[in-house]
Amino acid sequence: MNQLINYTLHLADTTLIIAQRNSEWCAHGPILEQDIAITNISLDLLGQSRNFYQYAAKLINAAHAPFPLEREGGEASEDSLAYLRTEREFKNLLITELPNGDWAQTILRQFFFSVYQYGLYEQLHKSGDEQLAAIAEKSLKEITYHVKWSSEWVIRLGDGTEESHTRMEKAIKALWQYTGEFFIPANFEKEVFSIDYEVLKKNWQTKIETVFTEATLSIPENVFMHTGGKTGNHTEYLGYILAEMQHLQRTYPNAEW
Amino acid sequence: MKIQIRKFYYGDIPEEYSGGNEMKTSQVPPPAGGGGGGLAWPLWEVFIRSKQGLDHKHAGSLHAADAAMAIENARDVYTRRQEGVSIWVVESKNIHASNPDDAESFYEPAADKVYRHPGFYELPDETKHM
Repeated sequence: MNQLINYTLHLADTTLIIAQRNSEWCAHGPILEQDIAITNISLDLLGQSRNFYQYAAKLINAAHAPFPLEREGGEASEDSLAYLRTEREFKNLLITELPNGDWAQTILRQFFFSVYQYGLYEQLHKSGDEQLAAIAEKSLKEITYHVKWSSEWVIRLGDGTEESHTRMEKAIKALWQYTGEFFIPANFEKEVFSIDYEVLKKNWQTKIETVFTEATLSIPENVFMHTGGKTGNHTEYLGYILAEMQHLQRTYPNAEW
Repeated sequence: MKIQIRKFYYGDIPEEYSGGNEMKTSQVPPPAGGGGGGLAWPLWEVFIRSKQGLDHKHAGSLHAADAAMAIENARDVYTRRQEGVSIWVVESKNIHASNPDDAESFYEPAADKVYRHPGFYELPDETKHM
């Protein structure tokens, strides 16, 4: 049961942190229409993370399992899970917590992530856990659009001007080293579902290659892949995100408005 | 800072500001810097059909590099609160409009022709739903 809780929290944390990052574009997008597009995506991801947190809270409360949250007293809820856990308790993927960089880096991260998320949720959908399958099925409709939107941007910038192409190459160099983590399962992942990581990786690579070819971009080789996010070993950036995101709940516990 | 605003009337947008289907998305660079996309990307008019509606209604306009992007932008800008189930876009330059200067000869003659409304028939009591 604990591993299912960890797994659900991993899915929740990952979608929450990338939603939080994308939301930083609000009012800063390159043009009005794309500002709305990226914040819509951010809200889609936030909605997904809420579903996962609600499910995790239900599992935690039902299990009465010793869990870090008990130190806060009371029952776990979607809010307490998002606002009262520390950096080391967050299980999000490293790529989601990296700074946005420029527009190229943001859309490339969304592309890498959405293609991965699509493949993963397709398998979750058949995982046998009814609640996770239901959330995955609902989310897939949104993710389909995220994949379409972000891959078109990768092509637009990669095969655009010299400047936009250079920016895409820079973004690939910054982000590629964080894509390996998608396919290296943590213990809780291995114990809960038999996700086929080989298939997941193969499908992901095929899609990336197809889009990169059209975008005249190339895939880096022999890159060291960072891991650790799934088990709470984060980059220096997560602490700052949590500080901003959690400070109100921590300063004024149970504040409502 | 010097700001130059250029306004085009429908149908008068010069070719160099047009996008259109014949151009590949990938060939059109995004607007330089933040904002100011007005001159780099053409203007599109958006028509949305709501769930109950039978016809597409004009919803507004937006900028996009090509038709596919215009539809996606319209989806994000105009249907995010479930306003519609179908989207049409047309480049603004392809819309031809009547000239406001013609208003007198176009519309005023209709003002004193009340007999064009079917309001002069006496309906039998049995006729309902008219």
